Amino acid sequence: MRQVFPFSAIAGQEEMKLALLAAAVDPAIGGVLVFGDRGTGKSTAVRALAALLPKMKVVAGCRYGCDPDNAGAWCAECRARPATEATRSRLAQVPVVDMPLGATEDRVVGALDLERALSQGVKAFEPGLLAQANRGFLYIDEVNLLEDHLVDLLIDVAASGENVVEREGLSVRHPARFVLIGSGNPEEGELRPQLLDRFGLSVEVRTPKDLPTRIEVVRRRDEFERDPAAFNEKWNRKDSTVRRRVLGARDRVADIAVPDEILEKSAALCMRLGTDGLRGELTLMRAARAIAALEGADTVTLAHLRQIAPPALRHRLRRDPLDAAESGVRVERALGELFGS
Amino acid sequence: MSLDASAPKPAWAEAVLAAVLAAIDPVGLGGICVRAQAGPVRDRWLAMLRRLLPDGTPLRRIPLHVADDRLLGGLDLAATLQAGRPIAQRGLLAEADGGFVLLTMAERVSAGTAARIGAVVDWHEVATARDGVVMTDATRVGVIALDEGIEDDERPPAVLLERLAMRIELGTLGLSDTDAAPYSAGDVAAARARLAGVASDDGVVEALCATSAALGVHSLRAVLLALRAALASAALAGRTRIAREDAAIAGRLVLAPRATQLPAAPESADAEPPPPPPEPPPQDSDTPPDGTPEQPQEPIEQLPDVVLEATQAAIPAGLLALLKAGSAPRSRTSGRVGAINSSTLRGRPAGVRPGRPRGGVRLNVIETLRAAAPWQRLRRGVTESSGGVARRIQVRSEDFRISRYKQRSETTTIFVVDASGSSALHRLAEAKAAVELLLADCYVRRDRVAVIAFRGRGAQVLLPPTRSLVRAKRGLAGLPGGGGTPLAAAIDAAVELAEGVLRRGGTPTIVLLTDGRANIARDGTPGRPQAQMEATAAARRARLTRVAALVVDTSPRPQPLAAGIALEMDARYLPLPHADGASLSKAAKLVGGSR
Repeated sequence: MRQVFPFSAIAGQEEMKLALLAAAVDPAIGGVLVFGDRGTGKSTAVRALAALLPKMKVVAGCRYGCDPDNAGAWCAECRARPATEATRSRLAQVPVVDMPLGATEDRVVGALDLERALSQGVKAFEPGLLAQANRGFLYIDEVNLLEDHLVDLLIDVAASGENVVEREGLSVRHPARFVLIGSGNPEEGELRPQLLDRFGLSVEVRTPKDLPTRIEVVRRRDEFERDPAAFNEKWNRKDSTVRRRVLGARDRVADIAVPDEILEKSAALCMRLGTDGLRGELTLMRAARAIAALEGADTVTLAHLRQIAPPALRHRLRRDPLDAAESGVRVERALGELFGS
Repeated sequence: MSLDASAPKPAWAEAVLAAVLAAIDPVGLGGICVRAQAGPVRDRWLAMLRRLLPDGTPLRRIPLHVADDRLLGGLDLAATLQAGRPIAQRGLLAEADGGFVLLTMAERVSAGTAARIGAVVDWHEVATARDGVVMTDATRVGVIALDEGIEDDERPPAVLLERLAMRIELGTLGLSDTDAAPYSAGDVAAARARLAGVASDDGVVEALCATSAALGVHSLRAVLLALRAALASAALAGRTRIAREDAAIAGRLVLAPRATQLPAAPESADAEPPPPPPEPPPQDSDTPPDGTPEQPQEPIEQLPDVVLEATQAAIPAGLLALLKAGSAPRSRTSGRVGAINSSTLRGRPAGVRPGRPRGGVRLNVIETLRAAAPWQRLRRGVTESSGGVARRIQVRSEDFRISRYKQRSETTTIFVVDASGSSALHRLAEAKAAVELLLADCYVRRDRVAVIAFRGRGAQVLLPPTRSLVRAKRGLAGLPGGGGTPLAAAIDAAVELAEGVLRRGGTPTIVLLTDGRANIARDGTPGRPQAQMEATAAARRARLTRVAALVVDTSPRPQPLAAGIALEMDARYLPLPHADGASLSKAAKLVGGSR
């Protein structure tokens, strides 16, 4: 297996790491967009998250990785199985599916199984990347370079949680609930507003400017490249601490209380910023809960809200392309005005 | 200060050194961007690189418009049809595993292709998911990007350039400047064997970090690449530790071409830090360079100084001039990538439909096979029962599928803003507001925008075509008013920019905001009659390019002057007094969509 740079060894970039962990705790937050300078470890962090995530239970033999304990979200094949068979399960790594640039539509949504069609003359469906990503993550590097028709397709599936394939005489639908993770560099071009809105959290990463952090980043990376195995061994303990935090938070996140006062404050914040729709508020609440769970708290506090407000809201501000202030700054400003600094 | 480390080497020797280092560690260094026209010097350099590599090292040439299935791999159709089951084919990148790929005309390569190659450089593997084939091939390659650009803005996409450690220029060299490389394939092989044993050094890491910070090289990838270059250099010299020469070489080859600012000079006051708009000079950088020059007795110079000095001395002359002028070259790459990208955006696939491949329509073989596949058993049976010999695959004309493409060329709206005194007096602010309105509109339509301002003696491109609205706004906000009205120069500049957009396959639209009162001739001399005449002539020339245009009259009362210009340009005419935001943006939209 390919050696991946350990998650906990990524120096700095706290907001990005926090957002990724929050999305891992509660997939309903709806994906993370990581935009920023080159050479800041965007892709590294996402791939490191894959190695970090704990295993999950899947129905044995299911091509879509259905959850044996959640019959409501089963695919047609699982529903058709006899009850005894459906409950047989196995442990599998949470999928983090890489969407290669230049992937063709048939590979993304799935298509006619060419091999079986050619050799046996059978019309069978071969699941694509969306099926693979079910209950996991779909990672698109350079998301702003993705071709338009694929973006449309992803928007649709991400919104419905279901992939509908109507092509080549096939008519298939299967669950495709995944967390969309996109990364890119804004200088290559901006993202369509519709796709932007699909992402729950949006993180801006900058190259660290202070010398000690820069030195530390280079040093760790160099050490990793020289001997990946030994480096991973060294960071293994810290990685498993993070993994335990994520696991614990997942168990607790449903029980985290959100006081009315916090709800009011988040509503006030969204109104002040003029975010479109309720999606912003919902995401803000969900993400704040996930953060609270990660920190082992029982209730969401203002501190949690403040911590997660910039990534949850910065990409939802009423589009004023001509406001010189960066949107993250605008969120901070509103936070300061509403709740004091 | 050790002389040999900081004195700039002749370009050829530097190019040879870059080739040797890349040959020693192709994967770690990512590769080299070679800026030169095709010619004997470049050929000689490539031949030298080839000689340095061990026998049998693959060197694959990637043509400019390589299709993804050849670049990354995909379905091997011939073999698939032979075998009756899908057979995958490796792409060029995977075939070059262990060697180099040569990317010709790298300055014209699309951002998408560049990103694909960049991903392979990063992750050392080719991941393919296309045509029913999913495979992952370990691929360790270096990239030689052959940049044949002439203009400053013709550069390989930043996404690729960022990942290649070294950049060399051979453009100024003649064949007589070249000589045989002082290294052999044996040296390279020996250095490769030693490479893993070279220890990296915290001092060197610090020195490279400090140097990169002082020169405004923000990406940490650059520092890592510099470290790799230093390691390779040490291995070449047979050292087990990185010496200061190695660090200096790394600074020269890797960091110098990436500089975006000059370090704050400790003694000479004239080279004050330029006022670059985006980032303040990093605080930490001042300390190391300041520290030592004050102590002349110090026998051994601090490593960061050595590296910084060597690097600074190696900053290419053109870049140096730009940095001294205080214009951060950051803008030289940003916004351009997309422009090159758009040139290959000749149409996106818009589905597949049954049809005959003729008249330039392309048969979509995969889809055709897919359509034919389910019927194979049936058809074979029919052929056999009627006594014929069944072929392995039977494709009939009704299976034919053709690809459809949607042509969509990107629109670039070029704003030409009159900032002269006559305009400024009246309504520069209103003109700015109007441009902002139109900009917002462009944002919605995902257009590119460019801004040209004219005042005083000439026109100036404030903003080359970009999608970044924030930059557009910034350029506009800093626009001062006052001075004469060099209208002819402005129209010329707009036409030149529009032609550039056309060349790249885009659709330009010119929006000219002026009161039409030209009073500066092309040569910069004042004089109303001459200026008017030239403006009219320029407008007539603009008409010949058949670029859609809109003239917004910014004078307080609509004047025949601006209307006349509009007429000569065959442009729509819109007097600003009657133009509210809605009608303005509607007019711009109409103009943009009219051709």
